[in-house]
Amino acid sequence: MALSTSSAITLNINGEKHALPVDHRTTLLDALRERLDLTGTKKGCDQGQCGACTVLIDGRRAVSCLQLAVAAEGREITTIEGVADGETLHPVQQAFLDLDGYQCGYCTPGQICSALAVIEEHAAGWPSAASADVRPEAGVPPLTPEEIRERMSGNLCRCGAYVSIVEAVARAAAVHEAGSAQGIGTQGIETPGLEAGAAGSVGTEGAA
Amino acid sequence: MKEFGYQRVFDVPGAVALLGADPEARCLGGGTNLVDLMKAGVERPGLLVDVRELPLDGIEFTKGGGLRIGATVTNSDLAAHPEVRRHYPALAQAVLAGASGQLRNMATVGGNLLQRTRCGYFTDLARPCNKRTPGSGCSAIEGEHHNHAILGASSHCVAVHPSDMAVALAAFDAVVHYETADGPGELPFAEFYLPVGDTPHRETALPSGALITGITLPPLPVAATSRYRKVRERASYAFAIGSVAAALDVRDGIVNDVRLALGAVASRPWRALAAERVLTGGPAGAEAFAAAADAELAAAEVLPHNGYKVTLMRNLVVALLTELAEEAAR
Repeated sequence: MALSTSSAITLNINGEKHALPVDHRTTLLDALRERLDLTGTKKGCDQGQCGACTVLIDGRRAVSCLQLAVAAEGREITTIEGVADGETLHPVQQAFLDLDGYQCGYCTPGQICSALAVIEEHAAGWPSAASADVRPEAGVPPLTPEEIRERMSGNLCRCGAYVSIVEAVARAAAVHEAGSAQGIGTQGIETPGLEAGAAGSVGTEGAA
Repeated sequence: MKEFGYQRVFDVPGAVALLGADPEARCLGGGTNLVDLMKAGVERPGLLVDVRELPLDGIEFTKGGGLRIGATVTNSDLAAHPEVRRHYPALAQAVLAGASGQLRNMATVGGNLLQRTRCGYFTDLARPCNKRTPGSGCSAIEGEHHNHAILGASSHCVAVHPSDMAVALAAFDAVVHYETADGPGELPFAEFYLPVGDTPHRETALPSGALITGITLPPLPVAATSRYRKVRERASYAFAIGSVAAALDVRDGIVNDVRLALGAVASRPWRALAAERVLTGGPAGAEAFAAAADAELAAAEVLPHNGYKVTLMRNLVVALLTELAEEAAR
C-alpha cells in the first residue's frame, strides 16, 4: 500500500482556523512562517536547542521546530501574534519592553511565550530543578531569580540580555500574582491543564 | 528528510496493528528526539504512528501500592505529579534535571526510554558509527570521547545513554510494559536495555513492532528518601557528564536499605548493585560510602579523555549518600 506523504489539515492558531495541505515533513514552525505568514515565531537552531521558536500548544510551551504540523492538527496553538489583547500589550510583553528584556530582539517572541508559561507553571505548583525539595509538602518556592533562570533555561539569548530578561519575568510574575489576588485573573492566554498532575490524576488511566 | 506516512491512532490494538505490519513504522510521541534525528537523516521511518491520543496518559496506584505511569504521560506531568514527588522524589528530580520546560511538555515517558545517544558521531553521517551503521566502526574511541562510557562499554561502541529519568527508574526497579500483536508483555528494567557487546545498534529487548504502554514502579518505602544529582557542563539544559540517583534508609547509623544508579557512565542507566551490597547492613558514613563507590567503579575502563569520570562519580556518590544520611539523622 502506498502511503500518502501529505495531508490536508486545519490548524487552530490564535483562535483562527487555517486550512492548508502539508507535506508531512513540514514542521509547525515552517508552516507558521512560510505558509501562514505568521513570522513572529523565529527560527534559531531548528534543533530544539535554542527556544526561539517557542509557542503555546494547548496552553503549554513547546518548540515548534520539533513539532510536526500534521501532528498539531486539532490542538490550540498560540503564537506571539496572539498574546496581546488588541493594542494592549500583555503584562509579560510590557515588562520586557519596560525593562529592556532584549537587545536584538530575535529571541524575544520565544522568550515571551516561554515566560507566559513559566508564570502559569509556577502558579500551578510545578517544581523545578532549582527547587531544593520537590516533595508536595514542601510547597513550591517563590519565583526567585534562580528559579526564573532555571525555568527559562530553554530560551537562549545570544546578546546576553539575561539580566533584564530575569527582571522582566519577575515583574510580570508579580503583576500576575497581584491580579490573581484581586481575582481578575490573567489577561488573554488560556492555559488549561496546568494543575499539578492534571493529566496524571490518580485513577484516570483508561487502558489495560 | 525522507518522505513518510502519518497515522494518528486512538487505541492500543490499532497502534500495534500498524506497528506490526510495517517494519519501517515508528511511534511518534513528543518527537523531540525522533524528529530531530529525522532531520539529520539518522532516522528514516516510512510511517509515523502518532501515539499521543492513546489512552495511556494516566498515573495511578497499582494494587500493591506502587505506581503505574502511562507511556504517553509527558515528562512535565510526571515531574509535577504529587504522588511521584511524594513517594519517588528522585524520579521527579531526574525528570526536572533533563532538557527544558518546552521539551518536557512535549516529551513522553515511552519516548524518553527510547531516546538515542547524543554521541556526536551518531548524528554525523560523514563518520563511522557502529550504532548508526553496524560494522562501520567507532569514531569516538580514538576521537572526541570526553563524555563517553567508563562502564560496560565495548570496542564497538562507547556511547552513553542520555536519559536522566531512566537513571531513577533503574534505581527503583521499574518494569516496562508493552503490547504487540501477540498480546502484552513486560521487561524488568535490568533487562530492558541490552549490553553493548558487538551489537550497539540493538539497544532494547523490546520485540519488533512493540508499543510501550507504560511503566510500573514497585512500592518502595526507601524511595521516599531519595535524591537525584546531576553534573553537567553548564548550570542547566545540558546532558549529564555524570549523575546519581540514590535512596537511603538509615536506622541507628546502619544502612537498612539502599538503591543506587549512575547516569552518563554507560550505554544504559547503570544500577550500582556492587555498591549496594557493600552498603547494606554496614555503617552509614563517609568511609563506607567511598568504599561502596570504589567497589562499583573497580570495573571502570577509561579512555584517554574520560578518566575524570571515575573521580567525579566517586565524589558524587559519596556526596549524595552523605546528604541523605545527614537528612535521616536530623
